[in-house]
Amino acid sequence: MYYKKTSIWKNIDWLTILLYIIMVTAGWFSICGASYEYDSVSLFDLSGRPGSQLMWIGLSFVLVFIVLMLDADFYGVFAYLIYGGMLILLIATIFLAPDIKGSRSWLVIGSLQMQPAEFAKFATALALAKFMGAYGFKFATFKNFSLCLVLIMLPMFCILLQKETGSALVYLAFFLVLYREGMSGYVLMAGISAVAFFVISMKYSDVMVGITPLGELIVLCIIQAITVFLATTVYKLRDKLHVKVLLGATAATYPAAFIVSLFIPVNFALVTLGLLGATCCYLIFLTIKNWVWHYVLIFLFVLVAVGFLFSVDYVFDEVLEPHQQMRIKVSLGLEDDPSGAGYNVNQSIIAIGSGGLLGRGFLNGTQTKLKYVPEQDTDFIFCTVGEEQGFVGSILVLILFTILIVRLIILSEKQKTAFARIYGYSVAAIFFFHLFINIGMVIGLTPVIGIPLPFFSYGGSSLWGFTILLFVFLRMDATRKER
Amino acid sequence: MATNAKYTFENRRFIISGAIILIVFIFIIRLFYLQVIENEYKAFADSNAFLKKALYPSRGMIYDRNGKLLVYNQPAYDVMLIMREVKPFDTLDFCHTVGITKEQFVKRIADIKNRRLNPGYSSYVPQTFMNQLSAKDYGVLQEKLYKFPGFYIQNRTIREYEYPNAAHVLGNIGEVNKRDIERDNYYVQSDYSGRSGVERSYEDVLRGEKGVEILLRDAHGRIKGKYEDGKHDVAPVSGKNLTLSLDMELQAYGEQLMRNKLGSIIMIEPSTGEILCMVSTPTYNPNMLVGRQRGKNHALLEGNPLKPLYDRAIMAGYPPGSTFKPAMGLIFLQEGIITPETMYSCGHGYPVLGGKPACHGHYSPLNLVAAIATSCNAFFCWGLRDMIDNRKRYPNVQDGLDVWRNHMLSMGYGRPLGLDLPGERGGSIPTSKMYDKLYSGRWSSSTIISNAIGQGEVLATPLQMCNLAATIANRGYFYTPHVVKSIENGELASQYTQKNSPTIEARHYAHLAEGMRNAVIGGTCRRVALPDIAVCGKTGTSETVHGKDHSIFIGFAPYEKPEVAISVFVENAGFGATYAAPIAKLMLQKYLKGEIQDSDKYLEDFIINTAIMPRNVL
Repeated sequence: MYYKKTSIWKNIDWLTILLYIIMVTAGWFSICGASYEYDSVSLFDLSGRPGSQLMWIGLSFVLVFIVLMLDADFYGVFAYLIYGGMLILLIATIFLAPDIKGSRSWLVIGSLQMQPAEFAKFATALALAKFMGAYGFKFATFKNFSLCLVLIMLPMFCILLQKETGSALVYLAFFLVLYREGMSGYVLMAGISAVAFFVISMKYSDVMVGITPLGELIVLCIIQAITVFLATTVYKLRDKLHVKVLLGATAATYPAAFIVSLFIPVNFALVTLGLLGATCCYLIFLTIKNWVWHYVLIFLFVLVAVGFLFSVDYVFDEVLEPHQQMRIKVSLGLEDDPSGAGYNVNQSIIAIGSGGLLGRGFLNGTQTKLKYVPEQDTDFIFCTVGEEQGFVGSILVLILFTILIVRLIILSEKQKTAFARIYGYSVAAIFFFHLFINIGMVIGLTPVIGIPLPFFSYGGSSLWGFTILLFVFLRMDATRKER
Repeated sequence: MATNAKYTFENRRFIISGAIILIVFIFIIRLFYLQVIENEYKAFADSNAFLKKALYPSRGMIYDRNGKLLVYNQPAYDVMLIMREVKPFDTLDFCHTVGITKEQFVKRIADIKNRRLNPGYSSYVPQTFMNQLSAKDYGVLQEKLYKFPGFYIQNRTIREYEYPNAAHVLGNIGEVNKRDIERDNYYVQSDYSGRSGVERSYEDVLRGEKGVEILLRDAHGRIKGKYEDGKHDVAPVSGKNLTLSLDMELQAYGEQLMRNKLGSIIMIEPSTGEILCMVSTPTYNPNMLVGRQRGKNHALLEGNPLKPLYDRAIMAGYPPGSTFKPAMGLIFLQEGIITPETMYSCGHGYPVLGGKPACHGHYSPLNLVAAIATSCNAFFCWGLRDMIDNRKRYPNVQDGLDVWRNHMLSMGYGRPLGLDLPGERGGSIPTSKMYDKLYSGRWSSSTIISNAIGQGEVLATPLQMCNLAATIANRGYFYTPHVVKSIENGELASQYTQKNSPTIEARHYAHLAEGMRNAVIGGTCRRVALPDIAVCGKTGTSETVHGKDHSIFIGFAPYEKPEVAISVFVENAGFGATYAAPIAKLMLQKYLKGEIQDSDKYLEDFIINTAIMPRNVL
C-alpha cells in the first residue's frame, strides 16, 4: 500500500474534537455541581470528585495522543487479539472482582478501580468491524449472521454474569449497525417491538383499569396499529374500499366499546384482541380473493406478536416465583429500589423540573447537592445539568450529542473501507444507546438502567472507554484522506 | 440487484439518523414539559431542601406608670428530639435527669408519634419532648446530653412577674391551641401567645415578629448549613414594650386592703381615662401560671369556688344600688323632669307605694343635691314616675323607658365600655321590650320602681360605676378606661384618646358633683372625709339574694380639678359606708398623699385584718 504521509493533525476531524472538548468540559462542571459539598474542599483537590475527574480528563488527553499516534492499521490488524484479550479480562473479572453494590464488574488494583466492561465496547466494535468488513463478506448467510451474533453476545453474556445488566444491554446497540449493513428491517423491528412489548407489559402488568389489564391493552393496540399500518401503506391495499373498511372498523370499535362499558364492565384488551382477529380474517379473505401472499405475512406477524405477548405474560406470571419477578423488574429498572417505589426517578424529575427555563445557576441546585437524587454524579448526572442550567442547558447538551452522533454517521458513510464504516457506525450506535437510555431514564421515559452519560458521568473507566472508542474512529477517519 | 441492495442499505443512514433525531425531539418535548410548562417542581425541590426554622423574638416587657418593671422574660429550656436520630440510650438515666418516670417517658414518646395528637409529626423534624426545663435540670442534662443522641435543648423564654400583684390585668401566656392556629397563621404548634389580660389584648404588640432561618437539609434529614450563607434569613423583631397606666404600689396596696374580701377597687384618672389600679379579689400570684406548673395551677384556680380567675372588676354585673342615683339625677335634669330646685317629699319611703322602697330619716321635702347627699330613695322614685308615667312627655311608658335607657347607654352602662382587656362585660340596663314581655305590656313606673335606686333589673360592673364617678369628676365627659398608658414606638388606639360625651349636657353635672361633695361633708359618707382633700362620694348598699348587702362606694377627689375617680365594691359587707367608704378613704390618701395619716392607721389595720367571706368558705 502507498501512503501519502501527511500530518494527522491536518486530516483529523476537528469538529468532533471540538465537540469532545466541549462535552468533557461541560461534564466536568456538571460533576462539580453534583459533588459540591457546602463545607467542602476545593474543586481542584484530588481527593474530591471534581479534582479526580480533572485528573482523568488530563490522562484521557494523553490517551488521545497515544491513540492518534498509533498507525491506523494497527486497530484492524490487532482487532481479534484485542477482542480476545478483552474477553479473557471480562471472564477474569467475574471471578476476581469484589462485590461492589451487588455487581462484580470492578477490578481493583491497589487504590485504582477499573471497569473492563467500559473498554469491551471498543473491542467488540473492532472485532465486529473486522469480521463484517472482510472482503467478500455476505451478510445474508446464516453462518455469517450467527457469527456476528456470537461476537456481540459473548461480551454481553460475560457482563451479564458480572451483574452489570445495564452495561450488557448496551451491546444491543450493535443491532443498529447490523441493520445498516443489511440486516432485515423486520428483524430490527421485531427486536424493538419485542423489547417494547416486554417492557410495557411488565411495567403495567399489575395495573388494571376496570377489568382491563392496561399492559396487554397497550401492547394489543400497538399490534393492531402496526397491522393496519402494514396493510394500508406498506403493502398498499389497492382497493380504497378495503382501506376504509379497515380504518373504519378500527375507529368505530373503541367508541362502541366505551358506550357499552357505561352499562356493563368491558375488558378492552379482549375487545382489541377481537378486533385483531377480525382484521386477520379480513386479510385472509383478501388473500384468498386477490391471491396476494403479502397479507399472510401480516397475519403471521399478528400471530407471533400476540403469541409473544401472552407467552411473556404466562411465563412471568405463572412460571416465575414472585421474588424472581421482582428481581427481573428491578434489574430492568421497571420496579424501583423496593425500599422506596419510584423514589429515585421521582427525585430526578423534581431536580430537572425545578431548573425551569434558565436553571438555578452553577452550584445552586439543591436536589443534587443535598443528595436527593441518587448517583447524582454518575448515572444521574444529567439532573445537575437540568437543575442548574435549566431547559436551555439541557437542550444544548442534547443538541451537542445529536450533532456528535450525526457527524459520526456522516463520517462513517464517507469511509472507503467497510471496516472503518462499520466501526464508525458502532461508535455512533453506542453513543446513541447511552444517550437514549441515560437521559430517557432521568426524565422518566425509559426504564432505570444504570449506564453512564458519555463524557458527563463521573468515572475514569467510562471516560477513557468512550475516549478510546471515539478517537480510534477519528484515527481511522484521518487515514481516509491519506490513502 | 447487488448495487440496488447496496444503495438501499446506504439509504438506511437516513432512517437511522431520522430515528435518532426523532428520539432527541421527544426528549426535548419532555424536557419542555418538565422545565417550562410544569411549575410545581421547584416548590417540591424547595420543600425537600429548605428547613425553615423560626427565630423567636423576645416578647415585649411591661412597665407600670412609674417605670417599674412588672413583666420580663427569663430563659427556659425545652427538650427537643429528632426521632430519626435517636439511638438506644439509658432511658432510666434520662428520665432521672429530667425528673420524669419511665411510664411518662413511654407515654410522651407515644404521644409525639401519634399523628392524631401531633399532626405535624415527622421523624426528621425536631419535636418538643418536654417544656421549660428548670435551670438546674438543664444544667445536669446539658452535661449528659452526649449520652442521648437525638435529644437537643432549645432555648426559649418564659415570662417572669416581678410582683405578685395585678394578675388579672397583666394576664399570662400559654401554648396556642388549634383554634388560634386556624385563626392566625402566624402561630404554629407549641408557640406561646397571651391567654388573658394585657398579654392577650396586646398580643400583636408584645409578640413582635418571628424571624426565619433557612437551613439546607439533605436527603437524610441532616442540616448542611445555611442557605446562601443566610442571605434570605429574616431576623426576628422584638416585641414592643408596654407602659401600663397602673400604679403598682397603689395596686398592691389595694390588693392588701381587699385581702380576705370579695370585690374590687378601681381608680381612674378622669382627665385621661387611665386606670390607676384595678383590684379584683380573690386574686392569685401571676407567677403561678408560668412554666411547667401552669397547667396544674390553672386547674387548681379554676376549681376554686371563690373563682380567683374571675375578674370581678370588669366581668361581674352587680346591682349598683345608690351609686346609680347620680346617673338617674342627670337624666331627670336633662329631660327636664326636675330642675335643681324641684322638691320631692319623702316619708321614710316612697309615698306612692306606701313607703316602699323605704328610706332613712332625713328632712323632707328635698331637692336633688340634698337627695344625693342623703341618698334619698323616694326622690329618685318620684323622678322616675314623673318621667315615664307622664303621658305629656312621652306617648307611652315604653318610649319613656327607652329614652332613659339610651341616656344610660351613653354614660357607659348596659354595654362594655371598650376597656383594653379581654372579657369585659356590659352589665345590664333593661329594655321596654323586656318589661312588655314580662308584664304583657301592662306596666308603669311602679312596676319597675326599684331600678330608680339601682336595684331590680339594673346591673353594672365596678368599672362602669367608677366610670360614672370619672364622668362627674370631669363634669360631663369621660375617656374610655384603659390600662395601657403607652406603647413603645407606637400609638394607643384612638378610642382611648378621644373624649366621650354622654347625652347629658355638661351644665347638669355640677349639681351632682355638689351633691356628692355634700354627702362627704354632711351626708352618707362622712367617713371618707379627709382634712385637706375635698373628697366627693356616693355610697351604695345593694341588696342581693346571696347573703348580706354589698357595700359600694363611688367618688372622686378633689372636688375642684379632680385627680382621681374611684369605685370600691365589697361583696356581702353590708352598708356602703361601713367598708367600701373607708377603703376608698385609704386608697385616696395612698394615691393623693402617698401615705396614710396617723389617725387612719387603726382603720388600715382593721380593714386589712377583716375577713368578709361567704360562710361556706370560712
